[in-house]
Amino acid sequence: MSDTTTSAPAPRPKKVQDRIDRLRAQYSTGGDRRRQRAEQLYSASQWQLMRAKFGKHKLAMVSLYLLILFYVVAILADFIAPYDPQERSRQHIFAPPSAIHFFAPDGGFVGPYVFDSRTRVNPKTFKYDLIVADNADMNPVVLFPKTDPYLLMGVIPMSVKLFGTTSRQPVFLLGADNLGRDLFSRIVHASRVSLFVGFGGVLISFVLGVALGGISGYVGGKVDVIIQRTIELVMSVPQIPLWMALAAAIPAEWTGIQTYFAITLVLSLVGWTGLARVVRGRILSMREEDYVMAARISSASSWSIITRHLIPGFTSYLIVHITIAIPFMILGETTLSFLGIGIRAPDVSWGSLLQQAQDVVVLSNYVWLLWPAAFVVAAVVLFNFIGDGLRDAADPYAK
Amino acid sequence: MSGQASDDNAILRVEQVSKQFVSRSGIGARNAPVIRAVDNVSLHINAGETLAVVGESGSGKSTLGRSIVRAIDPSQGAVQLKLDTGEWVDLARLSERQLRQLRRHFHMIFQDPYSSLDPRMTVFDIIAEPLIYNERVSRAEARRRVIEVLELVGLGERHLNHYPHAFSGGQRQRIGIARSLICKPRLIVCDEAVSALDVSVQAQILNLLKDLQQRFGLAFMFIAHDIAVVEFIAHRIAVMYVGRMVELGETRAIIDRPLHPYTEALLSSVPMTDPTRERSGKRLSGEIASPINPPSGCHFHPRCPYATERCKAEIPQWRELEPGRFVACHFAAELRLAGMIQSHTPHHELHK
Amino acid sequence: MTPSASLKSTEPRLKVEGLKTYFFLDHGILKAVDGVDFHVGEAESVGIIGESGCGKSITAQSMLQLVRGRGQIVAGHAVLRRKQGEMVDILSLDPDSAEMRSVRGDDASIIFQEPMTSFSPVHTIGFQIGEMLRLHTKLSEAQIRERVIAMLGRVGISNPEVRIDEYPHQLSGGMRQRAMIAMALICHPQIVIADEPTTALDVTIQAQILDLMRDLQDELGMSIVYITHNMAVVAENVSRVYVMYLGRVVETTTTERLFKDPKHPYTQKLLRSIPHPGRPVERLEVIEGSVPSAVDPPRRCGFFTRCPSAMAGVCDAAIPALTKVDDEHWARCFLLSDEKEAEDEWSSL
Repeated sequence: MSDTTTSAPAPRPKKVQDRIDRLRAQYSTGGDRRRQRAEQLYSASQWQLMRAKFGKHKLAMVSLYLLILFYVVAILADFIAPYDPQERSRQHIFAPPSAIHFFAPDGGFVGPYVFDSRTRVNPKTFKYDLIVADNADMNPVVLFPKTDPYLLMGVIPMSVKLFGTTSRQPVFLLGADNLGRDLFSRIVHASRVSLFVGFGGVLISFVLGVALGGISGYVGGKVDVIIQRTIELVMSVPQIPLWMALAAAIPAEWTGIQTYFAITLVLSLVGWTGLARVVRGRILSMREEDYVMAARISSASSWSIITRHLIPGFTSYLIVHITIAIPFMILGETTLSFLGIGIRAPDVSWGSLLQQAQDVVVLSNYVWLLWPAAFVVAAVVLFNFIGDGLRDAADPYAK
Repeated sequence: MSGQASDDNAILRVEQVSKQFVSRSGIGARNAPVIRAVDNVSLHINAGETLAVVGESGSGKSTLGRSIVRAIDPSQGAVQLKLDTGEWVDLARLSERQLRQLRRHFHMIFQDPYSSLDPRMTVFDIIAEPLIYNERVSRAEARRRVIEVLELVGLGERHLNHYPHAFSGGQRQRIGIARSLICKPRLIVCDEAVSALDVSVQAQILNLLKDLQQRFGLAFMFIAHDIAVVEFIAHRIAVMYVGRMVELGETRAIIDRPLHPYTEALLSSVPMTDPTRERSGKRLSGEIASPINPPSGCHFHPRCPYATERCKAEIPQWRELEPGRFVACHFAAELRLAGMIQSHTPHHELHK
Repeated sequence: MTPSASLKSTEPRLKVEGLKTYFFLDHGILKAVDGVDFHVGEAESVGIIGESGCGKSITAQSMLQLVRGRGQIVAGHAVLRRKQGEMVDILSLDPDSAEMRSVRGDDASIIFQEPMTSFSPVHTIGFQIGEMLRLHTKLSEAQIRERVIAMLGRVGISNPEVRIDEYPHQLSGGMRQRAMIAMALICHPQIVIADEPTTALDVTIQAQILDLMRDLQDELGMSIVYITHNMAVVAENVSRVYVMYLGRVVETTTTERLFKDPKHPYTQKLLRSIPHPGRPVERLEVIEGSVPSAVDPPRRCGFFTRCPSAMAGVCDAAIPALTKVDDEHWARCFLLSDEKEAEDEWSSL
């Protein structure tokens, strides 16, 4: 500026220059669209900001769609599962996942079909082997095959399923279990219990957590100390024995529905503590905000401060926390059922399906019995991804 | 104590107010140290007047301001507010419920324009909040009143449904000012109301506060640390040090002829905007004492260049040395202290 | 104050040209620093002043390649004369390279505004200050300790032998800032960037710290770049001032001249809008409005929206260039010169 003797311009390092070039290319178009979006956000409420920020989290969005698919499948289980979860087939004990063929043995395309097949104990290994005759019939797998009438979600009368075969030979997407029951149908039906136990459980722990955490944070003093010590007490008890003790108290003669609710209750009685701490922490920090003091100076009562400022202030955090709490509930139910003290036959959950996979010998021969675990893992992981995205979006004002 | 000739015009009298905090270190700590954040402070504020309270961080000036609007409860002393009827009520003695009947008479402007507005509420909801709790008004009436104050502070109807994140720091501060004005209070405590703002925006807000004062006869308690700002806006200045009031008087008098060595030191540290003028060479050594364990006698004695044995032993009396001129220093009458250097070439004329 | 420093004909210690640091946000490009030129001479102090959002802090961070995340220095040079005398363009170094780290520790260092967040709470201040020596020299532990104690004493910390083993939270704000200065100076850098060094401090402490920095400069002879929003604070410490607005330097001259005879309308208005101690006025002059957003700014004078002398069709048609308006005095305004700023490949973005 003062003197113009410029030293020879040294080049930037290659990786830096590459980044600059990439950014310039990326931003040389679409400026108007970006500006427009910025202006919309200007008069957007917190929820709109959150949604916009969440929408940018690709992994969370994909997870959200996948999880919605899970729940749709669970709700429409009767329609999507080709068979009743209790339907047995003597010929197909421990049948492996059906091989679905598309081309006829002579090479022509005929659409999906399965061969007639059955399983039989191998007298040498005592293992069920799949037997397919050389000239076995081809059974086409079709969409919307006619079935016996049933009620979808208990109300809509239906007589078709999503897919299946039209003959007596069933199609086992994920194999069959020790009684020749279709594992896929069982998993789909089990997802009802497993996915919704999370909601029920979280709802109850939500009420407990918000109420006790809120009181603890807002009232403070002795009440706070008592509630905090209670939380520490509950938290310090080892979880699995506590669950087992509580679950063992469920009378054996209770029906499936009753057991289900009892399990939900058990899980939430243990699960509220984390939420209570989150709520208390948020309230303690928000109470110090100037706008809360401003409200008090404006004659706001405690009730108004709680309802107008504090609750809206931590709702977003609650949603995040709940999203992360649900998979814990799912895992809890799976654990209990796996141990045989949760959902009992004839009701099925992912955990109770996994009970069959407890035996190493069985498992080594029929690996597909582990499929329910894959669904548990998938559901838990999806929830955590969503929770991750929500956490980033929860405070749109944080820089 | 603050008894003064021009007291008749007062709308607020703070009488020997103290605020102690117990620094809690675990449950059942018996000998928890007591922090005397505000220690026996007395002052009054006249109608339509700005009283600035200056001091460094830790001087207790914010705690004093908050005690006055009862954002926190003072431990001892009286905060007397004069009502329209002419009778005095002691805010410090009222219950929260009784207080709510009177809260519309005073409000507060905060330092941080970001944390003082609830990010989840629209401008309308933020400004209307005091109105909703203090007066029974219809929504239409509330809307009319909110627009009225919005325009007073330089914003407008178009901003009603915006959220705080759409505004700059200066605009947010205007929203905060509008909220404090909506119930037509008599007294507003401004807690460092401009110190978080950019210099060019500071001037806008300072002018706005001055205009509002002239228009509505508002009294301000202006808590600040920037002497240049205080000199512009305040009629009188009170100086605090470690919870105690050390000096109080007319702005000009304090700035030209301080009576307390701390005031002198404070004035000499003010950065000069004109590099041709040197600051008076006096620099304060050390840092403000901790209110947990303040020095004996006069709290200022460890840093005071004029301190004697007496200052270590004896707490100086808060006395009226001249009419309207209060000071707490044993040697206030003897010391000849330097005020802020006056400029002989006013900047504005130079430029015009 | 050493006005002669600016007249020295020696080559500058650091010379920054055409610095552009952009932040690539979802809703557009935030042009935080958009073509900044400045230089600091040997043992000179200069000030970069401006309101929040003018890009002064990003300028400081860019000089040491500390810009992270969505920010990227997209253009410019920052030629530093290193201790041994060789010239290096800092911006041509890989930000994570060993050479860049050695520049940061050995030749240049930065003092931050908030000392509490710049220190790690889990190590003693002595350890953290010594860390610089551990990384950049081959001194023994005993020698390091000795140097740290000497430096702590030098920055006015009483009882340095005791304080060296204390943790940051045990120090008061002023003491922490002194420790921060000790950390910045421990390797005897040739240039120190002080980013709002006193903003978080009380006035009486502020004055102490500024005095200290002036003394240290006289003694150690380093160059200092003060970054500040309050020019009064550093007026006594700097010989030249760069005034920034919306990512650009709008005016630069000696401190004295700037206060006496500002040329740019922004500087003029800004100086009049500050309450000047000892010069009471009834009303302050104000600059209407607020600083516009630096996201995708239109190609016009940045001050156009607030300028009382703005000329429609001129000031909003192009960006004025920083031109010489007087001895040692440059300003960027069409009232003073018709010269326009040249465009580059980023101008249209």
